[in-house]
Amino acid sequence: MSAETLAPLRPVSPATRWSRRAAGALAFAALIELVSRTGLADREFLPPATEIVWRAVILVTDADFRTHALTSLLAWAIGLAVAALIAVPLGLLLGSVPLIDAATRSVVEFLRPIPSVALIPLVALVIGTGLQHRVALVVYASLWPILYNTMYGLRGVDPVAKESLRSYGFGPLAVLLRVSLPSAAPFIATGVRLAAGVALILTVSTEIVAGRGEGIGVFIFFAGIAVPARMDAILAGVFWVGLFGVLVNALLVAAERRAFRWHHAQRGEAG
Amino acid sequence: MLEIDNLSHVYGGGTPNAHHAIEGLNLSVAAGELLCIVGPSGCGKSTLLRSIAGLIRPTGGQVRIEGQVVRQTPDNLAVVFQDYSRSLFPWMSVEDNVALPLRRRNLDKRQRQEAAKEALESVGLAGAARKYPFQLSGGMQQRVAIARALAYRPTLMLMDEPFGSVDAQTREDLEDLVLQVRGHHQMTIVLITHDIDESVYVGDRVVVLSKAPAHVVGDLKVHLPGPRDQISTREHPDFVHLRAEVGRLVRGHATV
Repeated sequence: MSAETLAPLRPVSPATRWSRRAAGALAFAALIELVSRTGLADREFLPPATEIVWRAVILVTDADFRTHALTSLLAWAIGLAVAALIAVPLGLLLGSVPLIDAATRSVVEFLRPIPSVALIPLVALVIGTGLQHRVALVVYASLWPILYNTMYGLRGVDPVAKESLRSYGFGPLAVLLRVSLPSAAPFIATGVRLAAGVALILTVSTEIVAGRGEGIGVFIFFAGIAVPARMDAILAGVFWVGLFGVLVNALLVAAERRAFRWHHAQRGEAG
Repeated sequence: MLEIDNLSHVYGGGTPNAHHAIEGLNLSVAAGELLCIVGPSGCGKSTLLRSIAGLIRPTGGQVRIEGQVVRQTPDNLAVVFQDYSRSLFPWMSVEDNVALPLRRRNLDKRQRQEAAKEALESVGLAGAARKYPFQLSGGMQQRVAIARALAYRPTLMLMDEPFGSVDAQTREDLEDLVLQVRGHHQMTIVLITHDIDESVYVGDRVVVLSKAPAHVVGDLKVHLPGPRDQISTREHPDFVHLRAEVGRLVRGHATV
């Protein structure tokens, strides 16, 4: 469209993109290595990157750590799934029935700004610190991005597309499920991807505050209160959480690109 | 087949900016007729089409299809919109797009696919069934929209400026496509356009609307030797005469 007026964007191949990202990560690791080995930072507080990664690799052979990791993964996955199961239908309802949207708006606007982390002790008092504690908080925090993206996606549904189906005699529910929902799907998927990150933060934070049971956060908590504190173990735990976050995000981005090729094509982006 | 009695529609009735789109419009269309409706832009042509399709409830008068008053979208009706890129569902393959409305018919999946294939064949797109709309040109996408309407086997097909968004060559091809498919399918077609030549070329009859609030200001039978041909029909003296007459009617009411 405006290709003549805009400076041409050089297309970046996936291989180039990934090698650039890897180079960035390696440079960051090298910086930590340097700062730590030269004594610029106390080794007790910042072990060299190679030691952190080595420690992280060793952890995989530790059955206790694997239990911690799997427990966190379970809370994360259940929480995210439950959030999506609540937020998508709720978003469809609020996004398509203005009356209900107006009636619930003040409650939604009140609840949304409450930092989920602030609810951790409160929820612990009510339902204890088990799996349900983590799941509840993950659900609460993950709900918002999915709910808002669903509602936002519904607002963008083309009225002509809806009218087209309506003109063949389909009712409002059929139009909602067959036109509005698939139209909004790319936005809902983005909401789920954002929520996946939020869910990870909440899983680990809840575990750290709970400080008992299993979970990567619990592992990090105990490494922190050990005397002397096990900085390498803390950072190795953080390393796995971060790596998991990056992988999940990359996986979801790839899935979105594949599933919503039509969406990108329509918006004139390279599929 | 289609009767429109004293139809009126007002947008924002009772407010200072109420817009009278249609007022006291009467029209009757016989079964099997191909009627073209022309009028100056913004005259309420689309409002008329939406009223016929039951997509909006007119504020006055009534529309009857085969004697039944239209209150919601009738079962035997299909609409082809101008904006094919918005009217087709981009997340579905071409074949699924065509097959989707057939869920309203009593057909199983296999029968729906068969009907979709057949309809795509009749618009010359047999090879594009597995493609997605964004992989097709504009003209081809509008063919898919026409195939979707044909597969539904409506008794009344409404077309809202169906060739307004394609280039001149494609437009002529699509005009001929409409003439060709109506030969094979028994249906009544109401085609709305702002193109005077097109209305005379395609129609058996041309109805001219006034500027808003729209009512009928001209109703002309088109008697042209068939089959119609883009070159010879358009140079036929009757064609030239008719298009001038329609033009005068449109223009006479387009300017204040």
